[in-house]
Amino acid sequence: MKPFTYERASDAKAAVQAAVETPGARFIAGGTNLLDLMKLEIEQPQHLIDVGRLPMATIEDTADGGLRIGAMASNTKVAADARVRSRYRVLSQAIVSGASGQLRNKASTGGNLLQRTRCPYFYDTSKPCNKRQPGAGCAALEGHIRESAILGASRACIAVHPSDMAVALVALDASVETLTPSGETRSFPLMELHRLPGETPHLETHLIPGELITAVVLPPLPEGGQQYRKARDRASYATAHASVAVVGGRIALGGLAHKPWRAADAEAALASGATAEEAMGVELKDATLRDENAFKVPLATRLVAATLREAAQ
Amino acid sequence: MSSVQDWEAPNPVKDNRSGLIGKGVDRYEGPLKVTGAAPYAYEVTPPSPPAYGVMVGAEIATGRITGVDTVEAEAAPGVLAVWTHRNVPAQPPRGTKAHPRSTSGSRPALESDRVTYFGQPVAFVVADTLENATAAAKLVRLTYTAADPDVDFPHRLDAAGMPPGEQDTEIGDFEAGFAASDVKLDETWTTPIQNHCQMEPCASVAWWEGGKCIAHTSVQMVKPAQHGLAETLGIGRDDVHLLTRYIGGGFGGKGQTYDDLTLAALAARALGRPVKVAFTRQQMMHGTIHRPATIQRVRLGAGADGRLNAMSLMTWTHCQRDGAFTEHASNFARNLYAAPNRLTGHRLVKLDLPHAGAMRAPGEASGTLSLECAMDELAEKLGLDPIELRIRNEPEVDPENGRPFSMRQLVRCMKEGAQLFGWDRRLPTPGQVRDGRWLVGLGMAAAIRGNFLLPAKCSFSVDADGVITVRQGMTDIGTGTYTVLAQIAAETLGVPLGKVVVEIGDSELPPAPGSGGQFGAATAGSAALAAGMNLRQAIAELAVADPGSPLHGGDPNAVTFQDGVVALENRSETLAELVRRAAPAGLTVEGEIRPAQDAQKWSQQTYGAHFCEVGVDPVSGEVRVRRMLGVFAAGRILNAKTARSQLTGGMIWGVASALHEGNAPDLRYGSLLGQDLGNYLVTVQADVGELDAIMLDEVDDKANPMGIKGVGELGNSGAGAAVANAIYNACGVRVRDYPITPDKLLPGLIAKGW
Repeated sequence: MKPFTYERASDAKAAVQAAVETPGARFIAGGTNLLDLMKLEIEQPQHLIDVGRLPMATIEDTADGGLRIGAMASNTKVAADARVRSRYRVLSQAIVSGASGQLRNKASTGGNLLQRTRCPYFYDTSKPCNKRQPGAGCAALEGHIRESAILGASRACIAVHPSDMAVALVALDASVETLTPSGETRSFPLMELHRLPGETPHLETHLIPGELITAVVLPPLPEGGQQYRKARDRASYATAHASVAVVGGRIALGGLAHKPWRAADAEAALASGATAEEAMGVELKDATLRDENAFKVPLATRLVAATLREAAQ
Repeated sequence: MSSVQDWEAPNPVKDNRSGLIGKGVDRYEGPLKVTGAAPYAYEVTPPSPPAYGVMVGAEIATGRITGVDTVEAEAAPGVLAVWTHRNVPAQPPRGTKAHPRSTSGSRPALESDRVTYFGQPVAFVVADTLENATAAAKLVRLTYTAADPDVDFPHRLDAAGMPPGEQDTEIGDFEAGFAASDVKLDETWTTPIQNHCQMEPCASVAWWEGGKCIAHTSVQMVKPAQHGLAETLGIGRDDVHLLTRYIGGGFGGKGQTYDDLTLAALAARALGRPVKVAFTRQQMMHGTIHRPATIQRVRLGAGADGRLNAMSLMTWTHCQRDGAFTEHASNFARNLYAAPNRLTGHRLVKLDLPHAGAMRAPGEASGTLSLECAMDELAEKLGLDPIELRIRNEPEVDPENGRPFSMRQLVRCMKEGAQLFGWDRRLPTPGQVRDGRWLVGLGMAAAIRGNFLLPAKCSFSVDADGVITVRQGMTDIGTGTYTVLAQIAAETLGVPLGKVVVEIGDSELPPAPGSGGQFGAATAGSAALAAGMNLRQAIAELAVADPGSPLHGGDPNAVTFQDGVVALENRSETLAELVRRAAPAGLTVEGEIRPAQDAQKWSQQTYGAHFCEVGVDPVSGEVRVRRMLGVFAAGRILNAKTARSQLTGGMIWGVASALHEGNAPDLRYGSLLGQDLGNYLVTVQADVGELDAIMLDEVDDKANPMGIKGVGELGNSGAGAAVANAIYNACGVRVRDYPITPDKLLPGLIAKGW
């Protein structure tokens, strides 16, 4: 681990200010991902700004009947919240299917969104990785791994985003609130938070440097059933081969892309009467497949079909 | 030399007057472990503040180090030393034995510029803190000339040869017998590389007192570790005091020492202060041994009556280019089922992978994953219940060497297990049972693992407080050694458990072979019993010779020991009173066990039967174990709790082998893909539903004076096959390439129309 300096932010504005002014600064909240990466020197922040104790952990009803989840609310707290469980159960299901109880106790809502890929080549610093070192190349491209992306991947990166929570939030049409370096509050759809890798896989979100996620806002209770389903090798502490969040007619997919994937084409096909299989055929028509990850096509298709049925029950 | 007949005499363990033998006694060191008072090697506090060493692993699999730049590392904060092959202190060449009776030769670290596997320690940094050493280790710049690694095991079978000194075992004429069989099966299974993933990574702390090296490390066998370190350091064997008091799992991976120990000792000598060195979790994956992958071809030929006419299990496996390990996955098949025509053997490929080595139930753990599934498939072809097929092929004597079995209760394990598990509810046709979204199936498999007894010594002392101290150069790798030694001592000397102290894990104590091959309890325990019997004799003689004792003048052979009291008919006194008066400095005696000269006349195994109920999600191909039961026959059980933990732990490993564990090499780099516990999956709590292990009443009087056998590896043998067979019963899909993950199961499920 590289030496670094540390400060505990007094409020959100001061945190953002410090982030802008201090070279090599990173926010830290639960630290469940960042600290591991720092120990491996994959992340080498020179300065940590601890936002974990800022008073942004409350979950409040919004005037329009939605919920505003503070960015520092722990994953455990969100998953256990009675309003989340009754009105947004897909979110609760998604959160508890990720990580482990200990990690969820520490992990924050904002941090969960910003966690980094679990691609094994990202973690093995003896191998080239464009995320770690832009322009170095991608060892995963010719590596025989099942964990790679089938949607939106590039020649520079085939990593997938590991979050379960984010998949449910995309299906819920959630939005993100942030504090920008200029001190303004900005709000935008969570679906627009993450980037596809393109030629710059080291850039994972559209946040501007120093911008701090302060909350995630859920719109009012959506119509229709909700269901989250995740397929993985073992029953706990394993990332998804594929996952599906269904909220009414909306579908989001996990484990398939560099970001939580809103299956808009499939939604449109379903709305015009296609079967789930037909709809997923449309959604995955441009999927880029390798021998090891080709199973994700039938897997995701079958999961969507089954999850739509379950959500409708 | 003793004979097994000598073991038939009664002894306190067999008599079990206080009922301690077999009881589920809590772990002797349990309170220390749960309160953090049982330090692992790295946590031992040395006599002065230690420095911290960090190893640097090679980033190529095969080649040479051509450039070394340690300028930046040496200038980093707190750095005390930076070593590579260019400046490491001189060590004797690998394998050197200055003392001809050393149980291990020298194991030099950083021995040359040659790299033979990815992750091989090639540089070493010592600093004042772990953090400084870790940071500086990243600053060591090495350049290499690398060759393309040769690691593609399935495509290198052309290079496979007979393992050194071995030959195939053929009885009858296998090919003719197979060709003439009514019903045939010829299938191939593959198993992947597995890593041990002990809770405690390999670690050491060493310091010097004059010319003597004191080293705490995490190792299963004390003497080879002590001797190997002495040979490496070029000092006398008695000049190494090696300790391994508490060990966080071994599983065979700590049957040897690694460079952490060598480098800690060398650096402590060079720096004149204690040095701690540990492998990181990531370094463990390459820097220590693994269970190698196998390709296993099983051919079974049977008559329509279900009797096997021909049986063959051939295994291809790999080891490191400089190594000599063979995964003997075919061996167990020589003892398991009757068949007149038999062929078993192994082929070995040397590759540029890290070192292969022993992992829990080496041989059986991999081999049962093929043969025990093949028996399931054959049963289906024959229209027989899998248990009935096994019963029809139950041998009367060992099918290869013709020796009688010392004990063989495999059929009873299967029958009792079937009853307890509800095997009669299994429908022979797959895919018939549904519970919600899950397809439910039942499977079973047999378990077998050899039983061994090795030479060992032990000492017993009694002090003026009547406390019995057991001392032995034995180890407890989480298995329960401390506890069973305490039970044997308490029962033998007739004292409560609270009056027994156990000291193990120390090279200066009477030697025992350590933990491995499930020989630990029988070997160490038998030596303990012998020492205990000698102490009884010494105490009895002390009492009858002491005019102050109420036992004075009596027959020492008639003295009894119970409840801390020594008695002769109606005359008695407490053990403490006797010792305090007649031998205030206490008494110490030794005892030893040796294998009986005629023990080889019997085929000696432990047996079991696994039963498993799985759910298969036909949509996703996910598999979850709902229920699992093992019934085992493994001699007298010393401790119902620790033995059960051993067996269920082995069973869970079987679940892992069937469903989760495996590490694939990257063919370009020669490294393994799984480098941490997030990417290398072991079975977790949520993967296993109900789990139980039952131990049949058994005493194997050919095994040792106590009639006990090992259980540490038996639970692993066959468990994965029971899971795989249950998967087939649930959904009708056979996957013969372990682990059975959703990506492998899904095509079959789709083809079946699920």
